[in-house]
Amino acid sequence: MKQSNGHYLRSTDKYAWYLKKPRYIPYMLRELSSLFVGLFSCIIVWGLYQLSQGEVAFTAWTQLLWDKLLWVNILIFAFAFYHSYSWFMVTPKAMPIKFKGKRVPGFFIIGAHMLLWLMASVLVFALFFYGA
Amino acid sequence: MNSPAKSRKVKLEIMRYNPDEDQKPYFQTYDVPCQDEWVLLDAINYIKDELDRSLSYRWSCHMAVCGSCGLMVNGVPMLSCHAFIRDMPEHIKVEPMENFPIIRDLVVEMDGFVEKLAAVKPFIHPKEKRSIDDGCHTQSPEQLMDFQSLTQCINCMLCYSACPQVALNHDFIGPAAMALAHRYNLDSRDQGREVRKEVIASNKAIWECTFVGACSEVCPKHVDPAAAIQQAKIAATGDYFKSFLMPWTKKSSNGKSRNDKKGEKS
Amino acid sequence: MNPTNPKDYHASHKPIIWSLFAAGGTVTALLLPALIALIALAVPMGLLSADLFSYARIQDLIANPWVKLTIFGIIFLSLWHAAHRMRCTMHDFGVRADGLVIVIFYGTALVMSVILAVALIK
Repeated sequence: MKQSNGHYLRSTDKYAWYLKKPRYIPYMLRELSSLFVGLFSCIIVWGLYQLSQGEVAFTAWTQLLWDKLLWVNILIFAFAFYHSYSWFMVTPKAMPIKFKGKRVPGFFIIGAHMLLWLMASVLVFALFFYGA
Repeated sequence: MNSPAKSRKVKLEIMRYNPDEDQKPYFQTYDVPCQDEWVLLDAINYIKDELDRSLSYRWSCHMAVCGSCGLMVNGVPMLSCHAFIRDMPEHIKVEPMENFPIIRDLVVEMDGFVEKLAAVKPFIHPKEKRSIDDGCHTQSPEQLMDFQSLTQCINCMLCYSACPQVALNHDFIGPAAMALAHRYNLDSRDQGREVRKEVIASNKAIWECTFVGACSEVCPKHVDPAAAIQQAKIAATGDYFKSFLMPWTKKSSNGKSRNDKKGEKS
Repeated sequence: MNPTNPKDYHASHKPIIWSLFAAGGTVTALLLPALIALIALAVPMGLLSADLFSYARIQDLIANPWVKLTIFGIIFLSLWHAAHRMRCTMHDFGVRADGLVIVIFYGTALVMSVILAVALIK
């Protein structure tokens, strides 16, 4: 659009700007992963509510989860994995750590986070098995 | 014995716009014989010298330190002096930097950008008043390292062209301004964080950033504004909660803390 | 808007929601893939027995109030992380009805949080 001073202002497509450049697609997928994170949390809330309603309700929920919702859960898992991966790739940028006066390279901080991720995942399984 | 310089025919499709004649921009294509070692700026200079005197564009140092020659090269913000022809396809689309109004051809309006830089008060707010007789501030190499990469900004505006949030909201203060504010906030000589907070922790600054990260990817000086902004978010969050939970540490707007020792030399 | 006029800027209360977002993002990044694999995928894929998820065993597993509190914390953070991020993503998709978006996403998070609390207390 030509402005009053003669300068030309190009417009941005506010609905589809991310389709115009390849660089923006991973970003939108990353942000969309939060939808699936939220979806799974709602499924868990629903499951816990069914648990509070008794054995029949809870068993019905687990059956639904493992049967009809299987492909939804696979999709949720894929997006949750991408969320974790992308989160740990960028968190180190927010934490400039110094060791003996020198900046720790991002590679080590990312690596430490990935290791923590692995350990936390193992812990989840371990607690589930030995908790009861 | 010198072998003949290698040369390659490249098609440059360049956006043109004359405010006195045109209602909107259009593309004009030029065939340029490029030497192997040329950068895009060399090709554009060739056009100006040999093919079309009317082409307008900014450039100066030809070595990526002045920040003048920012352009969109096949949709990617780059410095034309830093864009090697040998790395590019035969057909190159050249446009003025995105998210800025076009004055003429490849020249964009910089005023908004400059105002945003000024808005973060980019100068040392000293801890206490000093006279010339007090001598210099002292700063260790470790203290310098804390913010040195942020001092490398050449104000080329490529980060503003890369950032989709700038594209969606031209009032967004943008990566370079926030990196600049953070540069001073991290400087051990500076006590101006409180003063800058008004602008930085506002609704037009750090909280508009969604960490796309494109700014850091296009920065020719590896300033990493994306990292600076995330660190600023953490610092601002800390400040915010501290001001509610520990109001006795509140600093007055001239930057002096009530607990500052008087006469302390840095 | 004039960038150099401080009056054109308004102080933001974003830190509150951003803290929830950041904490939620870290917690979900660390725990969610494993939780999804465990709860939703392990049994259908034949890796674990369905008996491990029997009503009695699960009741037993989460009986401890500290466990309930931890579960609440994790799911609460996860809900609010998703709500805030989806609000920002709606803006990226061109939706300019921020008020409505806030009601829909934060509202859902609130409702889910309440249901969660009720379910766990029982």
